Amino acid sequence: MVERITPLLWLLFSAGGTVAALLFPVHLFLTGLAFPLGWLEAPRQEFLHRLLTHPVTRLYVLVLISLPLFHWAHRFRYTLYDGLQLKHLTTLIAVLCYGAALGGTAMTAYLLWTIR
Amino acid sequence: MPSTVALTVTRYRPERESEPTFQTYEIPFRKDWVVLDALNHVKDRLDGSLSFRWSCRMGVCGSCGMKVNGTPKLTCATFLSDYLPGPIRVEPLDYFPVVRDLVVDITDFVRKLKQVKPWILRKEEKPLGEGEYLQTPDQLDTYKQFSMCINCMLCYSACPIYGLEPGFIGPAAIALAQRYNMDSRDQGAAERLNILSEHDGIWQCTFVGECTKVCPKHVDPAGAIQQYKLSGATHWIKSLLLPRGTR
Amino acid sequence: MSAEPHYTLYHPRWYRRRVSVWWWLQNRSYTRFVLRELTSVFVAFFAGLYLWQLHAIAQGPEAYGQFLVRLKTPFFLTVDAVAFFFVLFHAITWFNLTPKAMVVRLRGKRVPDWVVVGSNYAAWLVVSGAVALVLLRG
Repeated sequence: MVERITPLLWLLFSAGGTVAALLFPVHLFLTGLAFPLGWLEAPRQEFLHRLLTHPVTRLYVLVLISLPLFHWAHRFRYTLYDGLQLKHLTTLIAVLCYGAALGGTAMTAYLLWTIR
Repeated sequence: MPSTVALTVTRYRPERESEPTFQTYEIPFRKDWVVLDALNHVKDRLDGSLSFRWSCRMGVCGSCGMKVNGTPKLTCATFLSDYLPGPIRVEPLDYFPVVRDLVVDITDFVRKLKQVKPWILRKEEKPLGEGEYLQTPDQLDTYKQFSMCINCMLCYSACPIYGLEPGFIGPAAIALAQRYNMDSRDQGAAERLNILSEHDGIWQCTFVGECTKVCPKHVDPAGAIQQYKLSGATHWIKSLLLPRGTR
Repeated sequence: MSAEPHYTLYHPRWYRRRVSVWWWLQNRSYTRFVLRELTSVFVAFFAGLYLWQLHAIAQGPEAYGQFLVRLKTPFFLTVDAVAFFFVLFHAITWFNLTPKAMVVRLRGKRVPDWVVVGSNYAAWLVVSGAVALVLLRG
């Protein structure tokens, strides 16, 4: 069943990879290194909260979190399958990977929907 | 420049051993010799029982593919002088069953090549009276690189996915399918896509890229496969949105 | 006459080597490939981190403050530094490989690879600059 939607999964993988390549370096640098180490000032919660009330920002954050999760799911699935030769677990791996990506997307969507 | 160099060659004689072994020969070093020359010297002067394939000795037939120091190469295009001081290790191509010494069985590749229908497919043949097919240089340019494949199977020996998934159709077959898909005279793209969208087709490839690195004719099979994935995915979307339009 | 003699074609025993589970360590290219694929784990890690931050923002200033404090701990600083390098490795390998999948043809001629790669990096700079500008205003 998963095989019939392989082209869609590959497109999600590609889109997620592009989002991760373009946006993750700057976000990770700021949030993970520059802000905690004090090189630059971290934004305040009120500012970020206000940004998140805009529909454009909500869409941006959804794309930012969801697509790279699908990128990971597709790539990690093949890495486990080929790298560790876990052929007998192929369905379980697919379900766990894409399931986690779907779960992450659902959580993000829920949080973005309920932010006031 | 030394006068001799050691050549360590895989030997496998199924009638008396169950696993391959190595045998080392001391061969004269000539700076213009290739590995194939060394192997032929062994067969002519030192050990006539050594078995290996070769034909044109100039890099166009694809027969002499073997691993030299672990890398798949055409032995007629691999100079001894690049591997000094030696020893130079020559082994059969990976991921194919070894028949004897350096000879592998290539039936799997030939079968997969036939599966992708590497010939011009037309819905209707153009009658002779209408004359020849015309093709501009730009149209030729879209597929020319992929037509350079000499079926030497170095790419199969380099592809870890082919090693892990013996059913995988493989780099050369997919590159040749793409060569016909992009040919302006061909009308069989949809038919080939059906075959290559299966489990063992293009979606097995994880773009390791080794196939392109070892290809002696610069065919770039990895590029062909990625382009094929993109066109396959686009086709899939179109068939979802316009179920009749793609017929 | 008795039945025809049955001849069995002599078939030599072929040797098939099993692919080791450590196949990816046998070759530098293969190892680099697996490292490239493993960048996806760090990509997922950061997506999770951002989800956590989103949750903290939604809960209010105290939760967000706690989140910021957590990120200053040596554990997270180390993990984030490692993740940053892997994400960079992902971005660089991704941009360098895009021209293989997307062949752009202008007026019949193929656009050279360096143009496609160059435009990827240019887009990366522009987008990163825009994000930084937005986040540093608050």
